Amino acid sequence: RAMELPPSLFPAARAAAVALGYLRYRRGGPGRGLQLRELRSARRQDIDDVGHKYYLELELEDVLDKDRTVSCTAEVLYHLGSKSSAPDVQLTVQGELRSTEEADKEFYTRIRSLEKELVAENIPDSHGNVPPELEPILLLAWAASGYVIWQNSTENTKFHLAQVKHVKQVKRSDEDLQFDYVVLLHEMVSQEVLPWQVTLLWHPQRGARVSQCHQEPAPG
Amino acid sequence: PATMKLLLIFSALLGAALCLETFVGHQVLRIKTKNEEEVKQLQLLESLEHLQLDFWINPSAPALPVDVRIPAPSVQSVKAFLESQGIEYSILIEDLQDVLDKEKQDMAESAQRQRTAGFDFGAYHTLDEINAELDHLASEYSFVEKIQIGESYEKRPLYVLKFSTGGSQRPAIWLDAGIHSREWVTQASALWIANKIASDYGTDDSITSLLDKMDLFLLPVANPDGFVYTHTSNRMWRKTRSRIPGSVCVGVDPNRNWDAGFGGPGASNNPCSESYHGPSANSEVEVKSVVDFIKNHGNFKAFLTLHSYSQLLMYPYGYKCTRPDDYAELESLGRAAASSIRSLYGTTFQVGTICNTIYQASGGSIDWSYDNGIKYSFAFELRDTGRYGFLLPASQILPAARETWLGLQRIMEHVRDKSS
Repeated sequence: RAMELPPSLFPAARAAAVALGYLRYRRGGPGRGLQLRELRSARRQDIDDVGHKYYLELELEDVLDKDRTVSCTAEVLYHLGSKSSAPDVQLTVQGELRSTEEADKEFYTRIRSLEKELVAENIPDSHGNVPPELEPILLLAWAASGYVIWQNSTENTKFHLAQVKHVKQVKRSDEDLQFDYVVLLHEMVSQEVLPWQVTLLWHPQRGARVSQCHQEPAPG
Repeated sequence: PATMKLLLIFSALLGAALCLETFVGHQVLRIKTKNEEEVKQLQLLESLEHLQLDFWINPSAPALPVDVRIPAPSVQSVKAFLESQGIEYSILIEDLQDVLDKEKQDMAESAQRQRTAGFDFGAYHTLDEINAELDHLASEYSFVEKIQIGESYEKRPLYVLKFSTGGSQRPAIWLDAGIHSREWVTQASALWIANKIASDYGTDDSITSLLDKMDLFLLPVANPDGFVYTHTSNRMWRKTRSRIPGSVCVGVDPNRNWDAGFGGPGASNNPCSESYHGPSANSEVEVKSVVDFIKNHGNFKAFLTLHSYSQLLMYPYGYKCTRPDDYAELESLGRAAASSIRSLYGTTFQVGTICNTIYQASGGSIDWSYDNGIKYSFAFELRDTGRYGFLLPASQILPAARETWLGLQRIMEHVRDKSS
């Protein structure tokens, strides 16, 4: 009942992008940037009155640890008439992801001890450069945009983070770090580049949480 | 007090306003203050505007040095004042103009070195820099000619490099890049490829036999208006910069504007959309110029176009999801080309029709070329798969260009063999 899909065909690739977004949100952080090395296999099941479910086998790598890969299976369910609800994603990572405890602690301490709140823009810049001290900020943007991508994807969209347009740290009285991002999301099917405002909270033990997000209105 | 008197005397001497044009005779002194009193003296000096002293480091605290540029006429007076107050100083720069002249010379020599060392193919360049390099290639190689096939909407020339070792109206290959201006790795790769072909003709067997039989026409910047806009205003600009009557929005997607299923699915009729197909097929002069050129030539055998990103190697169709008549040959050639690409750095490109691989999209260039008798029509989507997307680091330009060239070469060799 579930038909095999060649990974080179776009429906499988779109579902994989949703799974990746979900994974980056759940497991991403300033010291971990997961990306898709290869989509190994895909199957699709059409469930009457429910929607379309994709079964994926993914090979992932951490951009900070490119010598090894990690396998993962994912199920992405796009609901019928899916204008309002996000796809359901279930994901199992085979084996352990590299620990980021040290890097997380270092980042947390560095940011907490900043006198002036961090502000940055255009990451990467026009030439693809990312200053090393902003790399963790970019990886947190992957987590933030991962959430937005997961929540807003349909079978007719494929989102990637094109650029962090602007990021501003907001100091908090509790223990979380807060970053207010404006991210540009590139949607492959329409080719639109859409600005989204996303507020991300992060804590070394509690991980990343999006507290609010909305698409910026188009100018003009 | 005595200090004030001294200051007033020599400030009166220098009462005349000085109009400085050069820095001949200007000296830069580093003054080491020992106490607050001396700092105050210098702050007094600073307040005398007609001396035209230029403090590079202002007097603030005794422990910090004070650097000041002194115009030639004031040099002796200021030194006399400092000495009379027992304030220590040393000369950082004897004559500022000498320093500036040397710097200018160094810069000119460096620029000259750059010119002779050659264009940096591993960096991103402006349109002017690219056009200068096209001129350089054309002047350097007798079989390379720069021709203009038209003008963009904003009247920028559309320059094509023609590679021809002889014959008349030989079967030809078309290669373009940058039709979507934000896809910067494509214009950059096209320049590298141009240089590669030009410099290796005569020594590389494959390139030599290719150009001995066929002509190559290379358009490195198919959308110059958009390209300039990505440099000056919006790095994410994709379309042309044409003004659309009745809309506040600018630009048409030049790869939805070709006469192939024009206006069909996968293109938008909303001028504000990134995939707006335009008011009619070939409405964009950037597209029409290429169409006219190819039609007038009449002997093109291959039409190859570079885009980014996604790492895909595609053939028609985009406007419909049915297979082209030459499906088997194009699929096989596509796979062979992808295999060549992968052989260099392991980069994988997916192969297939546009409609199956990326999305249904009407009005695309390779659909037009294929339906107009140019069998070997391929569209490449270069690196990467989304990590950097359009903002591919410059460090990846050369690897991307090299691997892409292997894929193009594989296709061109096949075309050469089939065209003779």
